[in-house]
Amino acid sequence: MLLVLEQALNGLQYGVTLFLMAAGLTLVFGIMNLVNLAHGSLYMVGAYLATTFYQWTGSFLAGVALALAATLGLGILLEIVALRTLYERDHLDQVLATFGLILFFNELVAILWGRAALYTSLPAWLGGHVPVLPGVRYPVYRAVVIVVGLAVAVLLWGLVARTRLGMLIRAGASNRTMVAALGVNIRLLYTLVFGLGAALAGLAGLMAGPIYAVQPGMGEQILIQVFVVIVIGGIGSIRGALVAAIIVGMVDTLGRAFLKPTLATFLSPSAADSAGPALASMLIYLLMAVVLLFRPQGLFPVRAR
Amino acid sequence: MALSPRTLAVSACVIALGLVPLAAAVLDEPFYIDLFRRIMIFAIAALSLDLVLGYGGMVSFGHAAYLGVGAYAVGVLAYHGVDNGYLQWAVAILASALIALVIGAVSIRTSGVYFIMITLAFTQMLYYLGISIEEYGGDDGMRLATLSQFAGVIDLGDATAFYYLVLGILALFLLLGHRIVNARFGMVIRAARSNEGRALAIGFSPYRYKLAAFVIAGAMGGVAGALLVNHTAYLTPEFMHWTRSGEIMFMVILGGMGTLIGPVVGALVLLLLEDMLSAWTVHWQIILGPFLVLVVLFAKRGLVGLLPDGAGRG
Repeated sequence: MLLVLEQALNGLQYGVTLFLMAAGLTLVFGIMNLVNLAHGSLYMVGAYLATTFYQWTGSFLAGVALALAATLGLGILLEIVALRTLYERDHLDQVLATFGLILFFNELVAILWGRAALYTSLPAWLGGHVPVLPGVRYPVYRAVVIVVGLAVAVLLWGLVARTRLGMLIRAGASNRTMVAALGVNIRLLYTLVFGLGAALAGLAGLMAGPIYAVQPGMGEQILIQVFVVIVIGGIGSIRGALVAAIIVGMVDTLGRAFLKPTLATFLSPSAADSAGPALASMLIYLLMAVVLLFRPQGLFPVRAR
Repeated sequence: MALSPRTLAVSACVIALGLVPLAAAVLDEPFYIDLFRRIMIFAIAALSLDLVLGYGGMVSFGHAAYLGVGAYAVGVLAYHGVDNGYLQWAVAILASALIALVIGAVSIRTSGVYFIMITLAFTQMLYYLGISIEEYGGDDGMRLATLSQFAGVIDLGDATAFYYLVLGILALFLLLGHRIVNARFGMVIRAARSNEGRALAIGFSPYRYKLAAFVIAGAMGGVAGALLVNHTAYLTPEFMHWTRSGEIMFMVILGGMGTLIGPVVGALVLLLLEDMLSAWTVHWQIILGPFLVLVVLFAKRGLVGLLPDGAGRG
């Protein structure tokens, strides 16, 4: 039972990481109508920069702050140099051009840092375990990731629902021509939103860095799961992204942990050994297929476009 | 019958490819047979994707799935001692058609960016499935136990014979593609791409036609997979990696989508470029990536679009 709780917390931690990625991607899609495959590259860059800045400064927090600022800057630069021209193109062009960007970034990272995976050590104050229930201890760092992720979700909700910028973002998502006609600098708004999405991806990457290996191509592994999240949640919906991210994070983590032992109770051990991991790795995609059969627009469809 | 510029271009291309083994013998560079055989296998994959993408307007970002399923069908049968090529390839075609039917049935219900993401996600699911099955090599893949055996009709171990088999299949698929897109079936698919509402209004149900095109393309992709696994003599989940789907898609765009010759030209140019760049630097992708971006931004109609009008469309 304790193991279930621990794995559920791991699922939640993975879920909030997925949410940070999905929020940026779905904002950018909802407002600019841009499919950005290179979103995973920003995640990767965030992880690399945080690792490097941490080594340079010796302070974990300084590394995080610098990496966040740098991915924000990189996102803005990327938007101005390459992506701005893609808004008016069809999705096929966007997919191909951002696919090209992925190749570029993966290779750039391989040139700068090498192809071998980097591992970060955590500072002492993030290293230990924290009791979450009597007798249940959970790694401090993963707990911090969960708290930060949920806090960002609340902040993001506040930003979108309660501020003037958020109002413009919502207005831009439902009718951008009208927003532009009302005298809003839509270009600047787009650049800001893209930068915000990039910083969120960077945050997800830098928090994932100490948990998973930091290596070229790390962004695409998560990117495709983020697509699953967005498709399940409904494209353009931040609320949908949050709900779907938690569901996908839980299903994936719990599936990997418990599917094999569960199967072993009514299959032969060898059959469970081979079917368990195979089924676990397919679980979220099957979930996506089932959701699509019943709700082709996702769980929280966005009405106006 | 007067030959159109398009037919001439296709024929010239096929004839030129037919001369490659001769040139390789004259230059004493057998490596070229290998290189161009690989190119033609990917041309078959790109051609099959173009039926869906160029003619059907369905942006499938998961075409590597069928390459992988075809390859696994052959590889797994060979692993269990079934080396009859006819049987292996029939299974490869049926299996990839079946997978295409399942993926298509779910994804064609959606459109636009959902379609892109879903086809990508399903392919990634198959990729992870390939990785997680330890019996067939898992992550590392495994050697193909034996090449497909065709009972004395053709020996795939003979590089030149295998080369001409691939060329023959490519030519057959070009012809088949020509028949499909100009038949009533192809007209409906193209009509659904230009305006799905109107296609519905004149009494066609595009869903079935699109699904049928998707399945045909999947089966053709499966043939490419069966060829590819015999070409490399190695089975690996990497065949289904999503970057492979991106590459195949890019071949179609680079050559010119919605044409039959386009995917062949695209495969030729992209793979030759990769070959040259990778001989020059290990970091060739840092050049290829921005090149892709520039092609998308500035050469929308692909290389075939640069030809005089009439050669490009069709």
